Amino acid sequence: MTNTRRIFLKASLAASTLAVAAGANLLTPRTVLAAWPAKAFNAKKMDAAMNGIVGGTQTTPSNDITVEAPDIAENGAIVSITVKTSLPKVESISVFVPVNAYPLASSYNLSDTTDGFITSRIKMAKTSNVIAVVKSNGKLYSAKKSVKVTLGGCGG
Amino acid sequence: MAKKKIKIRAWVDGSKASVKALMFHPMETGLRKDKTTGKKIEAHYITEVTCTHNGKNVLTCLWGPGVSKNPYLSFRFNNAKKGDKFKISWVDNKGAKAEQEATIS
Repeated sequence: MTNTRRIFLKASLAASTLAVAAGANLLTPRTVLAAWPAKAFNAKKMDAAMNGIVGGTQTTPSNDITVEAPDIAENGAIVSITVKTSLPKVESISVFVPVNAYPLASSYNLSDTTDGFITSRIKMAKTSNVIAVVKSNGKLYSAKKSVKVTLGGCGG
Repeated sequence: MAKKKIKIRAWVDGSKASVKALMFHPMETGLRKDKTTGKKIEAHYITEVTCTHNGKNVLTCLWGPGVSKNPYLSFRFNNAKKGDKFKISWVDNKGAKAEQEATIS
């Protein structure tokens, strides 16, 4: 009788230690996320990158967002991208290239006085869509533009 | 003399200010290999860019290695007038920092 009680105590003690360990594990990535979202930038899959930066993968295609990029980029190392949006209360604009080793290229947090207009240059591994995700009023909207990347830079 | 790390042009049209900035940085992805030695080139890129107008944050850019070498950035913001102070600062993944202040013209 006493023997089984001993075993029961041991088992419950082990279980509680496990629970504490799991709790500690859950906390670590959160502290890392507080500064630069390394998890989102190091993600190699589109979904993981989107989840990490905008907190969701479901977006609504919107005509109020325009992605301006060249139809054909001769040099994939420098592709000029402009994202414009007329959506109200834009909180952030994120730019993704799904075929890149790290799909998340850049993300911009806008203040209330900043226009929904960003131009920058990004790298593209090969021909793909450039996807812009805009967080407006807590919702996610997206637009895309296909860019053909010709390797070698000789035009095509 | 060290080269300027950030070049800024900021001007106002009505109450809206336009900014164009060029930062000088290698933006290495960490995936490229040195052609002669075959060794991987260490990742070195800007992670965070902060743009402030008269001390108020107007734009925070979170960048990954997918941003081109010598990054270019252009954007617009409201409630600006001539003579206002505008500042851009960046931090890279190795902890290096740079900042540059400009006056809006």
